[in-house]
Amino acid sequence: MTKILIDGTEVDVPAEFTLLQACEAAGVEIPRFCYHERLSIAGNCRMCLVEVKGAPKPVASCAQQVKDQRPGPNGEPPAVITKSPLVKKAREGVMEFLLINHPLDCPICDQGGECDLQDQAVAYGRAGSRFDLNKRAVEEKQMGPLVKTVMTRCIQCTRCVRFVTEIAGVPEIGATGRGEDMEITTYLEASLTSELSANVIDLCPVGALTSKPYAFNARPWELTKVESIDVMDALGSNVRIDARGPEVLRVLPRVNEEINEEWISDKTRYAVDGLKRQRLDRPFVRKNGKLTPVTWDEALAATAQALSGDPARIGAIAGDLVDAESTKALLDLMRALGVQSTDCRADGAAALGKGPRQGWLFNTTLDGVEDADALLLIGTNPRTEAPVLNARIRKAWLRNDLQIGVIGPRVDLTYPAHHLGAGPATLRELVEGRLSFVETLKAAKRPMIVVGAAALARADGAQILRLAGKLAAAVGAVKPAEDWNGFNVLHTAAGRVGALDLGFLPGPGGKDAAALVAAANAGALDTLFVLGADEGALPEPGKSTVIYLGTHGDRGAHRADIILPGAAYTERNATYVNTEGRVQYARRVVFPKGEAREDWAILRALSARVGKTLPYDDLAALRARMIAEHPTFGAVDYAPGAVDAAAFDPAALGEEGAVSDAPFAPAFADFYLTNPIARASQIMAECSAQAAARASARTAAE
Amino acid sequence: MLADKDRIFLNLYGRHGADLESAKKRGAWNGTRDMIGAGRDWIIQQLKDSGLRGRGGAGFPTGLKWSFMPKEVKDRPHYLVVNADESEPGTCKDRDIMRHDPHLLVEGCLIASYAMQAHACYVYIRGEYVREREALEAAVKEAYAAKLIGKDNVHGWDFDLYVHHGAGAYICGEETALLESLEGKKGQPRLKPPFPANAGLYGCPTTVNNVESIAVAPTILRRGAKWFAGIGRANNTGTKVFCISGHVNKPCNVEEAMSIPLRELLETHCGGVRGGWSNLKAVIPGGSSVPMITAEQAETVLMDFDALRDLKSGLGTAAVIVMDQSTDLVRAIARIAYFYKHESCGQCTPCREGTGWMWRVLERMARGEAEHSEIDLLLDVAGQVEGHTICALGDAAAWPVQGLIRHFRHEIEQRIDRYRSAKGLYAVRTPAVAAE
Repeated sequence: MTKILIDGTEVDVPAEFTLLQACEAAGVEIPRFCYHERLSIAGNCRMCLVEVKGAPKPVASCAQQVKDQRPGPNGEPPAVITKSPLVKKAREGVMEFLLINHPLDCPICDQGGECDLQDQAVAYGRAGSRFDLNKRAVEEKQMGPLVKTVMTRCIQCTRCVRFVTEIAGVPEIGATGRGEDMEITTYLEASLTSELSANVIDLCPVGALTSKPYAFNARPWELTKVESIDVMDALGSNVRIDARGPEVLRVLPRVNEEINEEWISDKTRYAVDGLKRQRLDRPFVRKNGKLTPVTWDEALAATAQALSGDPARIGAIAGDLVDAESTKALLDLMRALGVQSTDCRADGAAALGKGPRQGWLFNTTLDGVEDADALLLIGTNPRTEAPVLNARIRKAWLRNDLQIGVIGPRVDLTYPAHHLGAGPATLRELVEGRLSFVETLKAAKRPMIVVGAAALARADGAQILRLAGKLAAAVGAVKPAEDWNGFNVLHTAAGRVGALDLGFLPGPGGKDAAALVAAANAGALDTLFVLGADEGALPEPGKSTVIYLGTHGDRGAHRADIILPGAAYTERNATYVNTEGRVQYARRVVFPKGEAREDWAILRALSARVGKTLPYDDLAALRARMIAEHPTFGAVDYAPGAVDAAAFDPAALGEEGAVSDAPFAPAFADFYLTNPIARASQIMAECSAQAAARASARTAAE
Repeated sequence: MLADKDRIFLNLYGRHGADLESAKKRGAWNGTRDMIGAGRDWIIQQLKDSGLRGRGGAGFPTGLKWSFMPKEVKDRPHYLVVNADESEPGTCKDRDIMRHDPHLLVEGCLIASYAMQAHACYVYIRGEYVREREALEAAVKEAYAAKLIGKDNVHGWDFDLYVHHGAGAYICGEETALLESLEGKKGQPRLKPPFPANAGLYGCPTTVNNVESIAVAPTILRRGAKWFAGIGRANNTGTKVFCISGHVNKPCNVEEAMSIPLRELLETHCGGVRGGWSNLKAVIPGGSSVPMITAEQAETVLMDFDALRDLKSGLGTAAVIVMDQSTDLVRAIARIAYFYKHESCGQCTPCREGTGWMWRVLERMARGEAEHSEIDLLLDVAGQVEGHTICALGDAAAWPVQGLIRHFRHEIEQRIDRYRSAKGLYAVRTPAVAAE
């Protein structure tokens, strides 16, 4: 720690702190544009100039470290002055330069009201302009369907350039030209190929890069802002959802160092327009082969009728986006009816859910990735399955020289990786110590092994899980003494871990998801209750009565015989458990559409109809019961990490047996269309079409 | 006047051969092995004792700069980089050194590299210098062939010299921008600290020196620090190549003693100011980036770092631009402002925005199409650029404007008045008698 005087106040800060950080530690605000905590230091905006006693010129406080400062002549600590006339003049000067070529079109700029340039011009600028020449104009740049550009407003802070180069790993934005002709551009006028591209909108301190879908929609002060949780992947990224009236207008990231830092994926940000389309806003019952709108009364009566038969011929499947409360309510209802065939693994990963909880969690924790020095990815592509996690891996690769091995399709992960093989056979070779990468894992201090959910959804998923566990044990990836658990399962469905924790699994003699569908197709099942499951297999038309409780007219609803309209993730207070096993609360932003109701309330009403009234009348009671029966739900925002590492036992994971030679397949065909909300989104459809066009585009040499 | 025996660049005008044989006859590569045998501490001490100040413009003591390099080579190699991106308007000293006396440079590179324990040296040549590159490359080739440099050379210090051709950007003459460019990136200055001696080329300890600083080093060592220190005055020692251009009868490059009076320099070597000394209006004494001085100041000023600094100007690269009474100073400075606007890299705000603003105002002022109040505005804008930027280009752009306003404010005012009265923009004061 080093002492430094900030405006006469002595503070004790680490020597490697920058002057700007030291000033913040002393509670002094320093204006800045180019500086950003998570990006490299550019020092080019010159807004953060301060006076250092003894220095001939004002210095950029973002670019100088405390340890580089000279002490005073009598050994007193170095002194930084931020309130002198020199500093005031320097700030006014820089602000004037920033504004002379800025169009000052705030009334028609979407950044208005949340613009760094506006705020700092008021705080640190001169009252009027002395520049009466023509302003520079810059041509717009095409940056795809998500990012709208008004490049005349750009102040060349290069935050976007540094973000795509350093964090996203796709160096597709840069500056061309020099001097006052310098322009920020994507070179080829194409949208970014990153799944994190829209974060540049948040980073842009002015209105040069704004949100295209949100353009001219609202002013920030008109919005209701609710802090919630994202469900587009299993990370549980922290978001702020902004709505006006009944409409969700945008999603912004919220800082959570342990999960998403301050990034979110493009799908998280832009799939919300899917909440307005294809919505189920009233109950339907299939009559004469056609889905017909009915009243709730009729729908519940029909549902009760369908559930009144032999419990052995009834089943329930929970899908990807389900919250813990509705899963719990459905499980309680089914068990009350005597139904044992319940399964949340709609994708077919039947090996998950047995044994201790660490068998299905991301035990290293997302934050822990930064400490790893070797990583093996098995059948998973984090770039599409969890883009924010991928940025973390890239960060670890940049800072710790993380060694990465991949078993699965050969893909561009934005960082170099050793491609070891395509299928489970390679995994077996690793377990047997026949590949050199196993030495890398063994030599590593903190090795990590990540198994993708898609790899476990294969017919030989149980055997793959066992192999991965064996490998983790063999290379010492689990080190209880060092508080390190390097065995990880990366889920893609936001609701999966919660449902596994609740035990939404086949009871004694019950069938799993695949067996339920097979039984229905064979005529051995009367009724299948589908709770928002649109991704896995469903019974063929006419085979069994399918009750669908969900939000969108997607695959599940098309097959359904009875549709009960539920609430989407923005329309209910709900609990989600992310892939780390971290319990978080999503909050209601708007009300469910039309006659739709919150899922647990529908199930509670249904339970009364079938004469098995569930013992809770409100959400609090349901949550209390959930926590009482499953204490993990009581620890909010807590990731267990390595606490159970000592009990790690590969024998408790999956099953022993042969694995097939079939290569691992990608978890999904299209990153942009992985759930009903995203499939209903026009913006996601546009992104998807563009990505497809890009993939099939021929280059000049072809 | 410098005696012929004290000249370092004996072939500055190319009257003799630039090849190895001719260079050896003039003394190059003489005793190089002994200098290296005397050890690096001796070399650096000699340089310090000689009082040599960097010839690239800033005048930082060269021996001191060399001593900043880490004493031991640890995990990272050391590099010497020679800045031959000579682009300052008015300056052409390195050009003649590389054309006609390239072996002095090659020898200097070897000695400086040895003193800093570098096994590799890069010479970054300005894009426009094509003939100079050819001459230097020929000299390097000869030196390799004669085993003067390279692996297992006769001097016992493995040393490779690479000549890198730039693309003609002024900013790449700034030492950290030069390193960026050398690494294959866009030439934009880096933030300092870390200084190149700590983290320079490819993040390794690096010293960047001007061509002239390196080329004079072998001769200083051969003839002794005392000899060099005996020329010029204290703190401004040695010989210096001056480049005199503009309104003199015989523009030339000439090696002279430091601290020579400017008037003597012009009259001895350049045939005096065109039309006689009384026809002199102003002089830019150190390349386009330093503020101009007036004819009165030029009368007595000594051409060295300290004397010119006292006049709020600078020696810079010692490129003397002489302007006689026929010169339109406002237009001249407007043209210089255009140069800096054109060469600004655009990285940091004050320079990117300020250079263009200053140029546009000056363009109008050169026509007189301005207000009196804009003179103070211009001065204020120049002050907002100066000292607020990452590199010194901001300063270089501001200083000529400040020099103009400091000494020739009345000329701008007259220009404005004349323009306004011609346009009838406001009533010209007329003598009272005219009304009667």
